[in-house]
Amino acid sequence: MKSIIEDLNKAFENKVRLGVMSILVVNEFKDFNSLKELLQVTDGNLASHIKSLEKLEYVDVEKKFVDRKPRTEYRVTEQGRLAFKKHIAAIEKLLK
Amino acid sequence: MENAKEKYIEDLKVIRSMMDRSGRFISLSGMAGVIAGCIALLCAYLAYELVYEGQEYFSYRQFSATRSELLLLLALGTSAILSSLGAGYWLTRRKAKQNGQSVWGSESKQFMASFFPALITGGLLVLILLAKGFLGLVAPLCLLFYGLALVNASKYTLKETRGLGVIEIILGLLGIYFIGYGLAFWALGFGLAHIGYGIYMHLKYDA
Repeated sequence: MKSIIEDLNKAFENKVRLGVMSILVVNEFKDFNSLKELLQVTDGNLASHIKSLEKLEYVDVEKKFVDRKPRTEYRVTEQGRLAFKKHIAAIEKLLK
Repeated sequence: MENAKEKYIEDLKVIRSMMDRSGRFISLSGMAGVIAGCIALLCAYLAYELVYEGQEYFSYRQFSATRSELLLLLALGTSAILSSLGAGYWLTRRKAKQNGQSVWGSESKQFMASFFPALITGGLLVLILLAKGFLGLVAPLCLLFYGLALVNASKYTLKETRGLGVIEIILGLLGIYFIGYGLAFWALGFGLAHIGYGIYMHLKYDA
């Protein structure tokens, strides 16, 4: 039991962070507004959760200009993908 | 412990729904398929009356059309496409709202970007063939290119569209092989296949 709880990742306890990771592991990248629309959260809320995932080096941020408008794209890092996989595996084990 | 379990069951639901909603445009409406199928059957019947007037039903048919008949056919086809797209758009928008997805979001754009190239190519090819007088190829090529467009776009929408696409491709090829029966295959592909798949998808996803 103990080891399962250790495998559960605190970073993914929050629904918004969990949602961001779920979206990014199946998409090459997503921009800020698409994430906001999918998750139905406010700018500030989303930004702070992404920031914390960034700090853990689970997501990469790329800022670019499309038609002279700034656009921020997010993608999951290899480290983030592994951590997320481990988290899901732990949930599945726990529910068994 | 039970509470924790419930939380994680809830979490798995969030994960699954986000993976689905973000990668695919899942708001295509099954009812739209049924309506498109009915419109197609009606059009096939009208076209049949127009073109094969006075010929036997299930034998090889010669297709001859005067210029005005051709224009009428073109108008018929165009109005069929437009009314199907219109009904499809309206129903899909309604469903997208329920799913919390946007009709013009990045998922639907991905879907359209993979759907329309083959479809538009086919449409233009068919217009060229019409202008050059290759009438028999028109119906099967519509099926063929529509099928290719569906198969190509299926990775960005409900996965059943792939099966529908394959059926359209097969019917298109058969239609070319059995040239002269194009309209029958057209009615099968755009009419019956749409209605069948539409009902199946409506029951699976909308009900």
